[in-house]
Amino acid sequence: MKMNNVLWISGGRVIDPVNKRDGTGDVFSVDGKIVADLSDEQKKEAQRIDASGKVVSPGFVDIHVHLREPGQTHKENIASGTRAAAAGGFTTVVCMPNTSPPADNAGTIQYIKDAIAREAVVNVYPTGCITVGRKGEMLAPTGSLQRAGVIAITDDGDCVQNTEIMRRAVEYAKMFDICVMDHCQDTALSEGGVLNEGVNSIRFGLRGWPNSAEDIIVSRDVILSFYSGAHIHLQHITSAYSVDIIRRAKQRGIRITAEASPHHISLTDGCLKTYDVNFKMNPPLRTEEDRQALIGGLLDGTLDCIATDHAPHTDYEKDREFDYAPFGVIGLETALPVCLQTLVEGGHCDLSFLLSLLTHKAAAILKLDKGTLSPGSDADITIFDPDLEWTADPEEYQSRSANSPWNGQKLKGKVVQTIVAGKTVWSPLSEVAAN
Amino acid sequence: MSLSSNWTHKDFISIEDITRDELETIFKLASSFKQTLGRTQKKLPSLRGKTLVNLFMEPSTRTRVSFEIAASRLSADSIFISTTASSLVKGETLRDTARNIVALNADLLVMRHSAAGSAYYLSKIIDIPVINAGDGAHAHPTQALLDCFTLRERWGSDFTGKKVSILGDILFSRVARSNILALQKLGAKVTLVGPSTLVPEYFSSMGVEVSHDLKSALVDTDALMLLRIQHERQTSTHFPSLGEYTSMFGINAMRASWLKPGTIIMHPGPINRGVEIDSKLADSEQSVILEQVTNGIVCRMAVLYLCASAVHPVSSEEVI
Repeated sequence: MKMNNVLWISGGRVIDPVNKRDGTGDVFSVDGKIVADLSDEQKKEAQRIDASGKVVSPGFVDIHVHLREPGQTHKENIASGTRAAAAGGFTTVVCMPNTSPPADNAGTIQYIKDAIAREAVVNVYPTGCITVGRKGEMLAPTGSLQRAGVIAITDDGDCVQNTEIMRRAVEYAKMFDICVMDHCQDTALSEGGVLNEGVNSIRFGLRGWPNSAEDIIVSRDVILSFYSGAHIHLQHITSAYSVDIIRRAKQRGIRITAEASPHHISLTDGCLKTYDVNFKMNPPLRTEEDRQALIGGLLDGTLDCIATDHAPHTDYEKDREFDYAPFGVIGLETALPVCLQTLVEGGHCDLSFLLSLLTHKAAAILKLDKGTLSPGSDADITIFDPDLEWTADPEEYQSRSANSPWNGQKLKGKVVQTIVAGKTVWSPLSEVAAN
Repeated sequence: MSLSSNWTHKDFISIEDITRDELETIFKLASSFKQTLGRTQKKLPSLRGKTLVNLFMEPSTRTRVSFEIAASRLSADSIFISTTASSLVKGETLRDTARNIVALNADLLVMRHSAAGSAYYLSKIIDIPVINAGDGAHAHPTQALLDCFTLRERWGSDFTGKKVSILGDILFSRVARSNILALQKLGAKVTLVGPSTLVPEYFSSMGVEVSHDLKSALVDTDALMLLRIQHERQTSTHFPSLGEYTSMFGINAMRASWLKPGTIIMHPGPINRGVEIDSKLADSEQSVILEQVTNGIVCRMAVLYLCASAVHPVSSEEVI
C-alpha cells in the first residue's frame, strides 16, 4: 500500500516558477502531496521516475476548456476531454457551461460533478452560467451554482449583450466573491463574421469580424468592474487595442484578469490559405500586429495566463462550407509545443516564464491551490521533453475530435508523463495506462 | 492547333488560379465559339453524351440560363437543381448532395452558392469538374471572363494603359473581386469607387485604387463597370437608402458627361434602372450590357469544354 504512494522523480530539470526554482533536482511526493524530502525508508520504497533530460513542472492548469458533457458527448466527454488534458500535460482544467442543457442550475452542476468523479483523469472544476440558458436575459442562480460547486460564472460563447444585465450580474457575483468570466463579443458588430475583418476577409470574400467587437466589450467590462469592484476575467483576448485597454485598467487597479490562447499567439488570419475550417474559431485569428501585442501582454503581465479554449467538434460538423462550420479548435494536446515554439524558441521568454503562464498564474485567477511544487501542495506534476519532435496526427489525439489547425504539422516538445495527486495518468512512452 | 493542349484545370473556381496564358486560351476558344453563334445549326458535338448539373443554391436567372445554353450548344444534357427542390432543405450536407450527384453519373457540376469557398470545398471532394457560378462574395470567375472578353473585343488582348473603374457595392461583390484579378492579369489598372462602407480601404491590398470621389474616378476611365446594389445582402447599415446612393453615386446623364468619349459602360445585371444607372444610359451606344450577356454563353462554353477535356481529353477536330 505504501509503495504506490511514494514517488521519487529524479534527475530532471525542475522548474517551479512560483518558487523561482529552476535547476536539476528531485521531486518527491507522498500520499498525493509534494514533500520536501523523503526519509531513507521512503526512498527505499519509492516508485522511482528517471526524469533526466526532461523538464519537471507543476501540472498545467487550463481555465478554459469545453468538455461538452452533458449533451454533446459526440464531440467530447469528460473521460476523453480529461485524457486529452493529461496528454497535453494539464492536470487541472476548468470546463465551460455551454453544455446541453446549459449548466445554469445546481442539478446540472451535480450531474457534471458526478461524471467528473466517475470519469475524469485530471482535476476538473466546473463553471456555471451567468444567465439562464445563456440567453443573456435573466440572471442564473449564482449563489446556488456556487454552493453546487462552480468556481466561476460565464456565458462563454454567448457574451451577455445587455449591459444592464451584465452590470447586475457582476454586482451580484461580487457578493459571493466569484469570478465572472466574459467572452468579449459585441454580436451586432460581429454579425455574420467568420474571419478577422481585414485584407484576408476581403480576399476570401468572407464576412469580416472587426477587432472593435472585442474592444467594446472589454471596455464595458473594465468600466463595470471599476464601478462594482467585481472581478471580471476576460477570455481569449485577440485584439491589440484590447490589450492596451486591459493594461491601463490594471494600472488603475481595476480587478480585471485576462487570458490568451495558444492559437491566437501563434497564428494570424493570414494562415488561412484556403477555406480550411480548422482555422475558424471564435474569436477569429487576427493580424500579426495583434499577435505581437498579445505576446507583449503576456510578457508584461497584462494578460495573466494562457488558456486553450479547447473546443471539440466532430469532423462531420466541421467539414462544411466555411460559413456554416462551427467555430472552435481543440488545443489541449498541442498547447505545450505551440507555446514553446512561439514564446521560448521565438525568443520572447524563458521556459520558466512560459510555465508560469501555464501553471500558478492560471490557477491564481480562480484562486485554485494549484500550479506549484511547493511542499504540501497536491502532487500534480507534468514531465515533458522540450526537444522531442512529433507530428500532430488526428488519429492519435485522445480527444474525441480532431479539429486542430496543427494537424499533420511537426511539433517540438512533448509531455511524457502526467501525474495527478501522485498518480500517473498519462505516460505514453512507458505504456502506463491512464487510470 | 489544339485549343486545350495547355489546359490542366479540372475545376474553374477562381481567376486567382488562372494564368494570363490560360485566360488567352479561354478567350481564343470563346472567339471561335462565337463565330458559330450565327449558324442556323448552332449545336456543336463536343460534349455529346455528357451530363451537366447546375446546382443553384442561390437565386439566379442569367447565369443559370447562360450555362444551360452553353451546355446545350455543346450538346451536353443539363439538369437544374435548386435549393428548394433538393435535399439540402432536409438537412443533407453539401458534401453528400455533391457525392450523390456524382453517383448519378454527372460529368460536370456548375454551382452557385451563397457561402464563399464552397466551390473550392466541393472541388476537393469530388472528381468531376466543378465550375464556380458564384460563391458568396468570393468569386464569379465566368462573369469576369465575359466582361474581359467583351473589353478584349474592343481593346485587343493587351489591356496595358487601360483604366477600368468598378462602381458600387464592392464589399459584397464576387463580380468585382473576380474582375479585379482578371483585369490586372490582362494589364489594366483598376479603380474601385463607391461609399466608404461598401468600398473599404482594405481593398487596396489587392493592388487597386480605392476612391470615394466619383468625378475623379470617372474622368480618365476607359471602362466603367457598374454593380447592382444588392439590397438582399447588406444588413441595413451599410448605406442610408437607395435614394441616397443614387444621389451620391448613381450614373445619370450629367455624370456620364464626365466620361471620356467612347468609355465603355458595363453592368453584370440585373440592372436597377434609376438606381445605379440612368435608364437611358443603360440603353445607350456606350452600353455593352446585352453584349456581355451574349458573350457569357461563349465564355462558359469555353470553360465547360476545357474543364471537361482536362478530365477526358477531346480531340480538337471535334471542337468546331
